[in-house]
Amino acid sequence: MVTLNINGTEHVLDVDPRMPLLWALRDRLDLVGTKFGCGRAQCGACTVHIDGEAARSCSIRVGDAVGKSITTIEGVTGKVAQAVQKAWQDIDVVQCGYCQSGQIMSAIVLLAAKPAPTDADIDSALAGNVCRCGTYVRIRKAIHQAARELA
Amino acid sequence: MPVLPTVRPTRRQVLQGGAAAAGALVLGTYVTLPRRAFAQAAPAPINYDPNVFLRIGEDDSVTVLSKHLEMGQGVSTGLATLVAEELDAKWSSIRFEHAPNNPTKYANLAFGMQGTGGSTSMANSWEQMRKVGAAARVMLVQAAALRWGVAPAEVEVEDGTILHRASNRKSGFGLHASAAMALPVPTTVTLKDPKAWKYIGKRVPRLDSKSKTTGKAVFAMDFKRPGMLTAVVRRPELFGATVARVDASAAMKIPGVVEVVQIPSGVAVLAKDTWSAMRGRDALRITWDTKNAETRSVEDMLADYRKALSAPGLVALRRGDAAKGLTRATKTVEGEFTFPFLAHAPMEPMNAVMERTPDGVEMWGGSQLQTLDTNVAAQVLGLKPEQVSIHTMFSGGSFGRRANGASDWTAELANIVKAMKARAPVHVVWTREDDIRGGFYRPLALHQVRAGVDDAGQIVGWHHQVASKSIMIGTLMEPFSVKNGVDSTTVEGIVDTDYALGDLTVEAYNQKTAIPVLWFRSVGNNHTAFVMETMMDELARAAGKDAVLFRQALLAKDPRAVAVTKLAAERAGWGAPVPPGKGRGFAYHHSFGTRVAMVADVSLVGSEIRVERVVAAVDCGVAVNPDLVVSQVEGAVGFALSTVLRNRITLNGGRVVQGNFNDYEPTRIWEMPRVEVHIVPSSEAPSGIGEPPVPPLAPAIANAVHALTGQRLRSLPLAPVNSSV
Repeated sequence: MVTLNINGTEHVLDVDPRMPLLWALRDRLDLVGTKFGCGRAQCGACTVHIDGEAARSCSIRVGDAVGKSITTIEGVTGKVAQAVQKAWQDIDVVQCGYCQSGQIMSAIVLLAAKPAPTDADIDSALAGNVCRCGTYVRIRKAIHQAARELA
Repeated sequence: MPVLPTVRPTRRQVLQGGAAAAGALVLGTYVTLPRRAFAQAAPAPINYDPNVFLRIGEDDSVTVLSKHLEMGQGVSTGLATLVAEELDAKWSSIRFEHAPNNPTKYANLAFGMQGTGGSTSMANSWEQMRKVGAAARVMLVQAAALRWGVAPAEVEVEDGTILHRASNRKSGFGLHASAAMALPVPTTVTLKDPKAWKYIGKRVPRLDSKSKTTGKAVFAMDFKRPGMLTAVVRRPELFGATVARVDASAAMKIPGVVEVVQIPSGVAVLAKDTWSAMRGRDALRITWDTKNAETRSVEDMLADYRKALSAPGLVALRRGDAAKGLTRATKTVEGEFTFPFLAHAPMEPMNAVMERTPDGVEMWGGSQLQTLDTNVAAQVLGLKPEQVSIHTMFSGGSFGRRANGASDWTAELANIVKAMKARAPVHVVWTREDDIRGGFYRPLALHQVRAGVDDAGQIVGWHHQVASKSIMIGTLMEPFSVKNGVDSTTVEGIVDTDYALGDLTVEAYNQKTAIPVLWFRSVGNNHTAFVMETMMDELARAAGKDAVLFRQALLAKDPRAVAVTKLAAERAGWGAPVPPGKGRGFAYHHSFGTRVAMVADVSLVGSEIRVERVVAAVDCGVAVNPDLVVSQVEGAVGFALSTVLRNRITLNGGRVVQGNFNDYEPTRIWEMPRVEVHIVPSSEAPSGIGEPPVPPLAPAIANAVHALTGQRLRSLPLAPVNSSV
């Protein structure tokens, strides 16, 4: 048995502690907003927050997440998250949308640490998040807009 | 991807080919298309029955059933815009759902069957979906008039409100919906004058933005059924290999693994969750029969392709006399161009759910050619097509991969369902490695071209050879897209060039390999445009002319083409001095009915090419939603950039070397250029926008690299540049 704190709630799961957190979230807890894209921390579609930091849930074992505070796209709250999601919607960033949970999770961490990021800051913070539809122009724009909203 | 060939066949050609299409071979099994597929003897009347395409709720919501797959291109918003316009609906009340599979009701009017591709969605729906809205409006007005006892002519509709001013009565749509939908569909409807448009040509927000930014959008990957098992499949490492022997004993010992089944494409491990299925698969011991497998490297294959070009090929086009013309040339340009296999690598790996029901099966997936998926699933399972129900889901990209004449991923899932003993719903999930090593690539291609200019700087001859595996031969599309052995998708973008090339010979060489190939966003154009547009650049230089003016002279008979080239050049500052350390390149291409010109500015960091800015001009007819047009162009730049800079599938003894995003790396945000998109205002019917912005990017970049360094890079991905030049 493994106990995980996810989105503020303790969940007791009967899983192999070696199972990647991603599959525990998706297959056991039905938190499917966190996506499977590559399974090797190459694309960022599975990005969640662990103790406030962006983390690739496909490459973290459930056993290593015990005792930590895990937040997924379904549970993300607060001013920064709202500003980011609103900017994403205002600008219509999404195309297929499959990577966007991960992009948004990374953007929230960036803005929480750096309220007025430059393009270079954005490029560096989101370098691990692939968007195959190529929505990067709008991702940058949305992060700047959210930053202005929060200022 | 086009299912229709893009050499712009006449309707008659499509019809003739289509008649033979029913009963063609797919994956060695007989699968018939509906009688009407590709082959309407006479254009069927457009079905605009609102009951087929709309559901108006008592809460005044208007749900548009999208006959096309939403894979990111924004088609759900686009189709709904057409309906909302003529219905005078309130945008905030508009919803959308994917339509069920039904080849008659929800046919792509360009295909004669249900499916999305070839950048045809808005073009084929343009009249139909506006008529759906207009008919629904007439029916709502009639129902309201009846209820209120007034003349229909006195009833108006405004922004989702039905009103009768004289009696000061008004209501939403919901009150009258059921009465309205029971009325006969008007036999004729009048569409609005474009001047009266409120939504078309304006920005309306995407209908899927909210769900896709809150993690609530449900993709097939996210879909669950009670008791569902997950299947992962071990497919052969060599294309063309088959299973000789399976030892599943170790796999069965992995906790969670329920069953192992052999299927035509490999061996499937079924488990209670995805991770257990993957672990079970790792434990399989399989012996493969490789006697029919492809074992060549890409270099070996290119050597074979090159050898083939020394003999005469299949004549795709002979206009004038290229050989004779070339004798008049004072300067000739010749070159060999190579293009690698490419994997589509959509963000959501291939997957779908299937469940047996008392009536047949249901499938949930990002189905892009629903009619083929239906028929292939039915064929595998021994069912009738009407026993296969497909729930089309949001799909996390496709770029051509989800539409496949062989319906490979549907066929595989149906084979698992057929083979498994457990009576449970099953979700087949591909890993990223499965996806990148799974074939159905953009075909490897090799071009050799010789062209010349005379003293006056006029092109006097162009001889063009293309060797590639045909995408269409052996599929249901063969009869209408292959003529005299020439697959139109091998030579599209050359034989139908907008340039007035008088003496042009194009030869095609169909190459054989067990590696399955497929259309990749913009299909043949993603290699042919590179050759055409880098050649035009070289020829302009040989002629001593400006690259844009040289093209415009050859496009003079097509004012829309000239306008696009002018707009891009003007907005990019073409002709003004380029800052030191930067190079600027131009390209133009016309595909899927849409003309696109691009100007790329590049610089070098060491030997690496950085694309700093792309200015695009497009003419896609009426831009139904200009913001979505802009986003498709921006996205196409981001999508195609990594194919210009580095993406390639290579083979070692036939094994695919690449496996994940570390060695098949998509464009990342830090290398994304600024993109400026300009739309030529137009009153012509809409054409495509998903694919057309892809082809001009690569040649614009290569031409910019030449401008900066003097190096002519003739193959993709572009080789590292010698920065000392």
